[in-house]
Amino acid sequence: MTITEKILLAHTDKKSIAPDDFIYAKVDMALGNDITAPIAIKEFESTGVKRVFARKKIALVPDHFTPAKDQKSADQAKLLKKFADKHRIENYFEVGRMGVEHALLPEQGLVMPGALIIGADSHTCTYGALGAFSTGVGSTDLAACFITGCVWLKVPISMKFVYYGKLAPWVSGKDLILYTIGDIGVSGALYKAMEFTGPVIHDLPMDDRFSMCNMAIEAGAKSGIIEPDGIAVKYLRLVARRWPLTARKKILELKSDKDAIYSEVREYDVSKIEPQVSAPHLPSNAGPVSKFKNVKIDQSVIGSCTNGRISDLRLACKVLKNKKVHKDVRLIVIPATQKIYQQSIKEGLAEIFLKAGAVFSTPTCGPCLGGHVGILAEGERAIATTNRNFRGRMGHIDSEVYLANPAVAAASAVKGRIAHPDEVK
Amino acid sequence: MKFKGKVWKFGDNINTDEIIPARFLNTQDPQELGAHCMEDIDAGFSKKVSKGDIIVAGKNFGCGSSREHAQIAIKASGVSCVIAESFARIFYRNSINMGLPIIEIDDISQIKEGDYLEVELDKGEVLNLSEDKHYNVQVFPKFIQDIIKKGGLLKWVRRKRGKG
Repeated sequence: MTITEKILLAHTDKKSIAPDDFIYAKVDMALGNDITAPIAIKEFESTGVKRVFARKKIALVPDHFTPAKDQKSADQAKLLKKFADKHRIENYFEVGRMGVEHALLPEQGLVMPGALIIGADSHTCTYGALGAFSTGVGSTDLAACFITGCVWLKVPISMKFVYYGKLAPWVSGKDLILYTIGDIGVSGALYKAMEFTGPVIHDLPMDDRFSMCNMAIEAGAKSGIIEPDGIAVKYLRLVARRWPLTARKKILELKSDKDAIYSEVREYDVSKIEPQVSAPHLPSNAGPVSKFKNVKIDQSVIGSCTNGRISDLRLACKVLKNKKVHKDVRLIVIPATQKIYQQSIKEGLAEIFLKAGAVFSTPTCGPCLGGHVGILAEGERAIATTNRNFRGRMGHIDSEVYLANPAVAAASAVKGRIAHPDEVK
Repeated sequence: MKFKGKVWKFGDNINTDEIIPARFLNTQDPQELGAHCMEDIDAGFSKKVSKGDIIVAGKNFGCGSSREHAQIAIKASGVSCVIAESFARIFYRNSINMGLPIIEIDDISQIKEGDYLEVELDKGEVLNLSEDKHYNVQVFPKFIQDIIKKGGLLKWVRRKRGKG
């Protein structure tokens, strides 16, 4: 069995499961945000059920249109707060104490290997980086889970992606996932679980692993997962709320069997991979950054659940130190959580961004989905460390988004056009 | 369930930002969402679509976000059913859960914009009245048929809880 099948089996009362089986599985954590939870809350309340299945297993994060960008958004966020108060939901995170949900939950120790997590947000697949099965669902799924603590799932077949070789400078997890989506396409892993493995993956820092699993959905996948290893254990020890004596052993045992069945195995020699850029209007339009050097930009965004973590900001600062943002460019930096925001100040990263002439914002999903804090005007073009470059995603229908890693986004902000970090001297 | 309506055709990878742009996600009001349905890919769609009409699209329809505003918008626009070669997985489950009829047909190339289709959901039949053609429909697995028959996930859950 694959690690995905093992986790799913452990959350049912069945003796065995196989790909394509329908299961009704127990949920360890159910997540909603200010866009999706209001619908779930209304649906939950319409059923007349009085209590949620477990108040400690629900997380509510107002992160998309917050701090409330307009009146209607404020009303939506208020629905979350009221629901959290009424049901004494512990894991409600208020503005100023919050973060972009998929950066926040792992940081808060709410994601453990082997867990089954659903979230009414497509990028919920992020938590596979810590060896959890996590997948995006809709608000109705969330409402049903609030009642039952369960979710229906079709067991996905797994696709294995093996990475070997030596990473070139400035090449990160983001580049590996853009390259992979470029290879298989935006529906290349439709309904499947993407299992990332190989020596390169098990050398990657956690933040890079989060970026990779985060974008599994952009290949159509149900989930992305990496077998937890020593690096994952080290991360977990820092954040975990409980750490039983057997935790380390149990975590390291959570693996796919040698004879596990995959629909496909793909191998990549990463030595040949340059920093990647995905051109409008699909994440699969990936190519080496050198191919896009003539593309002028109006805005650069560093942040989001894909690349708003501390190591992303450090990487950007390596490029930006003692540099100025190009006169024709707006650089918008959004640390993904309050903790990362504070850490950036402590480490002097905030200072580097501000001196360079960047906006340094409180955590929010903001511009990633065209919400606020950096909407594009007609004909404008952005480079962003976000996850989607669909038409009109960041603003006007005739604006464009190029996806890249934080170093490329920083270098491009300095040059005023898409640039390799080595071009900034 | 039986629907009859005019076809509005779309390509591959129609994403949720095209079905309902994020700038309208600060509401759940069906009328408001319906008025902006497909706005960023076909401006004025909501004005020209008639009750009962059918969206026909290529592969991976509904990719992107998990927003159920997409289903709410499509339903409120008057569209009776969505036919595609394949659906993105969250869109697929949201449609089942919320009772938006969806149908998978392997090849939609023979269906033209403006054709009139008759869909019989229970029998899994799609008839092109303009061309007098019949299309093979992918039958839903039993588990999913059960949710559809109960009228969506919340009703299915209530039944399940009632039993045991």
